[in-house]
Amino acid sequence: MKVTFKIWRSNSTGGQLQEYQTEIGEGMVVLDAVHQIQAEQANDLAVRWNCKAGKCGSCSAEINGMPKLMCMTRMEDVPKDKPVTIQPMKAFPVIKDLVTDVSVNYRVKKRIKKFKPRQPDAPDGTWRMAQSDIDRVQEFRKCIECFLCQNVCHVLREHDLHEKFAGPRHMVYTAALEMHPLDVEDRREDLKKQEGIGFCNITKCCTTVCPEKITITDNAIIPLKERVADRFYDPLMKLFSIFTKKNSL
Amino acid sequence: MSLLKDGNKIAGAFAYDREKGSFKVFRCKAVIIATGGLGKIYKISSNSWDCTGGGISIAYHAGAELLDMEFVQFHPTGMVWPPSVRGLLITEGVRGEGGVLRNSNGKRFMFDDIPENYRNQTSTNEEEGWRYTQGDKNAKRPPELLTRDHVARCIRREIKEGRGSPHGGVFLDIAWIKEKIPNAADHIKRKLPSMYHQFKELAGVDITKEPMEVGPTTHYLMGGIRVDADTQMTNVSGLFAAGECAAGLHGANRLGGNSLSDLLVFGKCAGESAAKYAKETPLGKIDDSEIKESAREALSPFERESSVDKENPYEIQHQLQEMMQDLVGIVRVESELSEALQKIEQFKLRAAKAACGGNRGYNPGWHTAIELKHMLTVAEAITLAAIERKESRGGHFRDDFPDKSEELGGMNISVAKAEGGKMIRKRIPKVKMRDDLQQIIEENK
Repeated sequence: MKVTFKIWRSNSTGGQLQEYQTEIGEGMVVLDAVHQIQAEQANDLAVRWNCKAGKCGSCSAEINGMPKLMCMTRMEDVPKDKPVTIQPMKAFPVIKDLVTDVSVNYRVKKRIKKFKPRQPDAPDGTWRMAQSDIDRVQEFRKCIECFLCQNVCHVLREHDLHEKFAGPRHMVYTAALEMHPLDVEDRREDLKKQEGIGFCNITKCCTTVCPEKITITDNAIIPLKERVADRFYDPLMKLFSIFTKKNSL
Repeated sequence: MSLLKDGNKIAGAFAYDREKGSFKVFRCKAVIIATGGLGKIYKISSNSWDCTGGGISIAYHAGAELLDMEFVQFHPTGMVWPPSVRGLLITEGVRGEGGVLRNSNGKRFMFDDIPENYRNQTSTNEEEGWRYTQGDKNAKRPPELLTRDHVARCIRREIKEGRGSPHGGVFLDIAWIKEKIPNAADHIKRKLPSMYHQFKELAGVDITKEPMEVGPTTHYLMGGIRVDADTQMTNVSGLFAAGECAAGLHGANRLGGNSLSDLLVFGKCAGESAAKYAKETPLGKIDDSEIKESAREALSPFERESSVDKENPYEIQHQLQEMMQDLVGIVRVESELSEALQKIEQFKLRAAKAACGGNRGYNPGWHTAIELKHMLTVAEAITLAAIERKESRGGHFRDDFPDKSEELGGMNISVAKAEGGKMIRKRIPKVKMRDDLQQIIEENK
């Protein structure tokens, strides 16, 4: 069947939604439709993609206003009686059409303190860990860095606070390091100041859009918030610190 | 986009910036090609969209010799459905964990065709094959784990003879192991998490309950740019290659896992010897007219946009992929290979008319038009070498010459650009292996 698409095309003054019609066959995903339009009607339509299997995180876009991976959005799940709108991620500057510049994320990630393992447990330089401790961080390792969570987060999307708030992706990354059974680094002060964890007010939009179904807010951000609160806002600790003059705030 | 030379020596590289569309000239003494393979010249491929053979073609046009180009590996198990993921790889691990291949009659067809030279390493009954996958060192491996080329051909045969699955593959079944072990579903999810996820999300298939549909997919190029084994340098001074785009390491058929070790070891070798070479060599001179010519050629698709007989680069690309799949695929025959050569000539004429609109910034139509030259170059190299190798060996199978030839077994086939720009092929005697290395092989036989 013929389906109408409205795709964002950039131009020298900004851009507009342009209408295309293309034939949709059984089993197609939104990315297939975009490629078909590109091959048949708009050769210069820019779209970033690679694996077509939800593993590389390249084809993030907003389909009918919802942040999604184009390769994982099946046409059979999209209403076809009205035009399907495809726009680039709003939280990042557009390079062209559907391609955005997500490099701010790489800069933010670099400033997070790296993995620092404790001394090896055995003389042969190996460690011993409980499976249950590792299971806890396994979820965070599923992140494919599609940055849909960064895109939907209102702190970044509406307020453009990329430099003040690291965003959900980097909270997940920090949680994977902080909760790793071998890690001995302390990132709590950085979380509070540099990464701005306080900006998150737990609307859970990031969890809703995550294509890897990582429970970002509940399993990563809230436990990190608790660690920060423990470190800086525990009244007993505060009292104690007045007398010891250590850990002073 | 091209390499710049001073005589027979590398002097630099000419490139474009994908995002901005601007040109860049790198003045340098050494260049290492590490661009991977060319799976995208086939319709069904496990490779990334940018594996168009660009690096191999660039080296060829700069005078580097290509070797063993006929040896393309088709992995037996790629996804066949839905169309968006056709070709996507299904790991050998599925078969390693006990997954079996069946045709539409439910038959494990791999038992029917076990090559003579593998007979004593392959189990002849299902029970023994199962024990092998469960780590029994006394059991022989199941025929599903025979070499990739052989399994791929058997699957192709089942499909061609009408015993395929609904979407044109065969069935790969791991769910059956529930007959053998308790909690099979959890076991499968734990052992093959990404495969479980891949089928669940993309095809709506629960592999712990139903079989997968699979078919062969273009996976790897054993051949590529000819390099010196110790330095990774090509016959062009200052030009190095490492990884899939380089030839030699995997012979006629790569084994699973060897590519990763290849790029780690020989990537390091290439880097070290390129650095050493650069230290010892003066910077070459770049001819300005060469840069101008490269830029003119690169921009020509824009100029053709207003021409009446312009061609759509995507259309040429799609038709080339179909043609390579049909005529230079898993099973080859002289008449089809010759037909492919003629078609490549026609494609070349059409590619010279490929046009693109828009501007230079992030323009996939332009990129596709530029890549056509490279795709056609490597397609021609594969076809020429495949015609020359009138035998079947490793990843290269000739229906008209199904056996190995002793004479050709001692030969490599090289492809190079002759004076006047024509691609020529020749047989070259295989380099004798060092005695100490040969001894290791004998010991492991």
